[in-house]
Amino acid sequence: MNDHVALKNHQQEIFNFRLRLVIGVVFVLILLGILAARFVYLQAVRYDYYHTMAENNRISVVPIVPNRGLILDRHGIVLAHNYSGYTLEITPSKVKNLQVTINELATLVDIAPRDRKRFKQLLAESHNFETLVIRNRLSDEEVARFAAQQYRFPGVEIKARLFRDYPFSDKTAHLLGYIGRMNQRDVDRLEEADLAANYRGTDYIGKTGLEQYYESELHGTTGMEQVEVDSAGRAARILSRTLPVSGNTLVLSIDAKLQEIAEQAFGDYRGALVAIDPANGEVLAFVSRPGFDPSLFIDGIDEENWRELNNSPDHPLNNRVLSGQYPSGSTIKPFMALAALHYGTRSPTDTISDPGYYALPGTAHHYRDWKKGGHGTVDMFKSIVVSCDTYYYGLAVATGIDNIAAYLTNFSFGKKTGIDLQGEKSGLLPNTEWKMKRFKQKWFAGDTVSVGIGQGYSLVTPLQLAAATATLANGGIAYRPHLVREVRNSVTNETRKIDNPVEADLKIDPAHLDLIRRAMAAVTQPGGTAVSASAGAPYTIAGKTGTAQVVAMKQGEKYDASKIDERHRDHAWFISFAPVEKPRIAVVVLAENGGHGGGTAAPIARKVLDYYLLGKVPKPAEVPVVTGKTAAVAASGVPEVEVEHD
Amino acid sequence: MTRRQLWLRIIAHIDPPLLLGMGLLMGISLLTLYSASGQNFERVLAQGSNILIALFCMWIVANLPLHILLRMAVPIYVLGLLLLVGVALFGEISHGARRWLNLGVTTIQPSELMKIGVPLMMAWYFEKYEASLTLKNYIVAALLLVLPVGLIARQPDLGTSLLILASGFYVLFLAGLSWKIIAGLFAAAIASAPVMWSLMHDYQRHRVEMLFDPSQDALGKGYHTIQGMIAVGSGGLFGKGYLAGTQTHLDFLPECTTDFIFAVYSEEFGLVGNLLLLIIFLFVIGRGFIITANASTYFTRLMAGSITLTFATYAFVNMGMVSGILPVVGVPLPLVSYGGTSMLTLLLGLGMLMSIHTHQKLVKT
Repeated sequence: MNDHVALKNHQQEIFNFRLRLVIGVVFVLILLGILAARFVYLQAVRYDYYHTMAENNRISVVPIVPNRGLILDRHGIVLAHNYSGYTLEITPSKVKNLQVTINELATLVDIAPRDRKRFKQLLAESHNFETLVIRNRLSDEEVARFAAQQYRFPGVEIKARLFRDYPFSDKTAHLLGYIGRMNQRDVDRLEEADLAANYRGTDYIGKTGLEQYYESELHGTTGMEQVEVDSAGRAARILSRTLPVSGNTLVLSIDAKLQEIAEQAFGDYRGALVAIDPANGEVLAFVSRPGFDPSLFIDGIDEENWRELNNSPDHPLNNRVLSGQYPSGSTIKPFMALAALHYGTRSPTDTISDPGYYALPGTAHHYRDWKKGGHGTVDMFKSIVVSCDTYYYGLAVATGIDNIAAYLTNFSFGKKTGIDLQGEKSGLLPNTEWKMKRFKQKWFAGDTVSVGIGQGYSLVTPLQLAAATATLANGGIAYRPHLVREVRNSVTNETRKIDNPVEADLKIDPAHLDLIRRAMAAVTQPGGTAVSASAGAPYTIAGKTGTAQVVAMKQGEKYDASKIDERHRDHAWFISFAPVEKPRIAVVVLAENGGHGGGTAAPIARKVLDYYLLGKVPKPAEVPVVTGKTAAVAASGVPEVEVEHD
Repeated sequence: MTRRQLWLRIIAHIDPPLLLGMGLLMGISLLTLYSASGQNFERVLAQGSNILIALFCMWIVANLPLHILLRMAVPIYVLGLLLLVGVALFGEISHGARRWLNLGVTTIQPSELMKIGVPLMMAWYFEKYEASLTLKNYIVAALLLVLPVGLIARQPDLGTSLLILASGFYVLFLAGLSWKIIAGLFAAAIASAPVMWSLMHDYQRHRVEMLFDPSQDALGKGYHTIQGMIAVGSGGLFGKGYLAGTQTHLDFLPECTTDFIFAVYSEEFGLVGNLLLLIIFLFVIGRGFIITANASTYFTRLMAGSITLTFATYAFVNMGMVSGILPVVGVPLPLVSYGGTSMLTLLLGLGMLMSIHTHQKLVKT
């Protein structure tokens, strides 16, 4: 019985076990079935999808960034070029502790606080997988030192890069501008212009100056390499390659040597100088003082340097040539005279008797001449030679503000000259309509009086005045000032002239022109306001001085007793062209706080003329020196200068 | 004793069908490893010696009479448990987990030992109380299981602990655990899922999350899953050809010689190769089931069944993980993945299968 039960139990047990085992077998079959189904799904049904994914994994298109085009002066002197160097770069996403890594790197290569700050800034602006520069321009020794220790620094690498270099540094900073790292705005703009593809892999873009204006010429065409890459992005094999095309070379009309001489001629003065070839509008020199070191901006400027540049009372970042708006002072007088002749409100022989002041008919208010007691009997010729204010007060009133504005606009006053740079300001050529719009006020006759001597509401940029002077020198045939003469293809070396057609023919009566030119030539002769300008010159110089008294101080600027005298000194203008008979060059100089135009500005212009016309290089001693060195004069925007006297 | 007799003596406890299946898998291992390692022959040689050492150990185990196996159950289990406690207290941390114990001479991973030790112990326990199994016995057996599993899960090594849990569960299941309790356990497991979730480490949660949507972090946590699926899927019907897998050779596949070796195989041999591999696995597993079905004692039945089912589970989990239907857990593909420890553990198990099969045959004749 017991046996029977045990046997039965045993059989039952075997049966139960086998049942469970069968369930186990079924379970395993189901699992393997699931796998089989999964394989069919992945490898047969979804094969195309995963095949594509694998191909995308494998083949990567790597852009090859083209070399940026060179910038040369008119004689082939290099103003901007590229040189290869090494940078130390970090991929933040691959580094665990950035601070520790950077500290350890600092034991191998010099990492200045400046570098750290800039890195921090780059990090804040960066996207996920970008590599960021921690150090630029490594020495060969540093490269070797790091290379030996590289295994300790995953995510840190040395890259060979081309650096942009500006051999003339601050002397051409305002002209050439600089390139800088592309930011989101740049990217957006490129995308809008459908240029983003050509900028793949590119980190830098022209930010200001010619680098910005001619970006499309300088950048070149990005090449690409189809490479098989591994998951770390390392290239394993190159499948195909399209070479990049280097950017075009810009050949400027600028004469680098002339530019340098002009820079030096300023000495410690701030200001601007523009030299133009009147026959075609080519800009020969483009100086805005002080300059700045453009290389600071290329990889993002650090805070310290930025603050120093931005807060400097000298405003070194301000491009005075393009965007400095100043009262023209008496330099406007030749153009005023032409306007009066044009409208017949003055004839060359009309004279006034100058008592030393002007009063509007029926009023008692005296507009004073710069010379107490006046200039006696003054005709048009003399009015320019001695810069008689009284003559122009009356002339302006007689001509009328709207006529003046209509005429002067031909000389590009009150509007942009259209030079090949961005950021140009248009100055201010006031008329009745403008005043109504701006101030909701009627134009008063008194407003016209001060405009007559280049004061009041009117403002000009040094570039405008230079363009106007060149037009005058060229007999009324106006060219748009321009900087790039030709664009040279980097591959074929073909050159393409930049077309600069005649902008306008002002059709100035030759007799009028002759009178004004003769008068301006006399300005630099004994009896004129800029005698020193032509002393000993073997060629003739036509000129006109201008001076603007600085009165107002910018709000918020610190009062500094030691500087107050210099700060209040007048701005000095000098416009000129030479030789008078057949002008080859027009030069306009603005020396901020330079005092008298004939005293400071004219000698600067003279050095430029001497070099350009005679090849004469000034001796170092001839450079003027300002005592007290700096003073704040905002060269932009708001007119802070009120009255002018000559 | 003639040479022939010696030979017969040597192979007496080897099961030819099982050895055939194993040999095929090991061949695939060496072949695929050569490709996966970037044609590194040293890697292949290293795996070859792993295999030889493991085969020798398997041979020893296969020759052990069953009563010795039975007697070894408790010491192995206790030793394993002590080592696990040791790991918890003094273990070395690597990759954020405490899994290794440094014995001065060598470092060992006690959880590997428990892959054999736990089912062995449980089978021993059921054998001991075979005559009068009550619910109490199941509960004790469950405790024998949960204790090491808990320790391993704490290390943390979720993959291994779940696999050991599975192997122990198979013993319970085959020992006749009532269906009601099984149903209850499943219900409890599902109900406790949210609790488990909250107890899981971040990386474990990520792995589960990635399973549902690997693309949400394609270069981060979901990377393994996506790259594995790309490798498998891009293999197509016939594969890209031996040594021609782009995912592998361009380093897109992580751990492509160990846990992800199946992706390499799959990419190069395609669906056809995969189905062939499944058939080989099925052959080995099927042989295991046959051995189990013919096992004469309660202990050997439970042990053989658990070893077979666990082997199947390993294969499923690994291939499921690579093909993206299971989360990424550190489970090697049995007999194929590179690595000496897992090879040894598996062959010890298979050696037991052989021992179970051959010793009772000898008894019968």
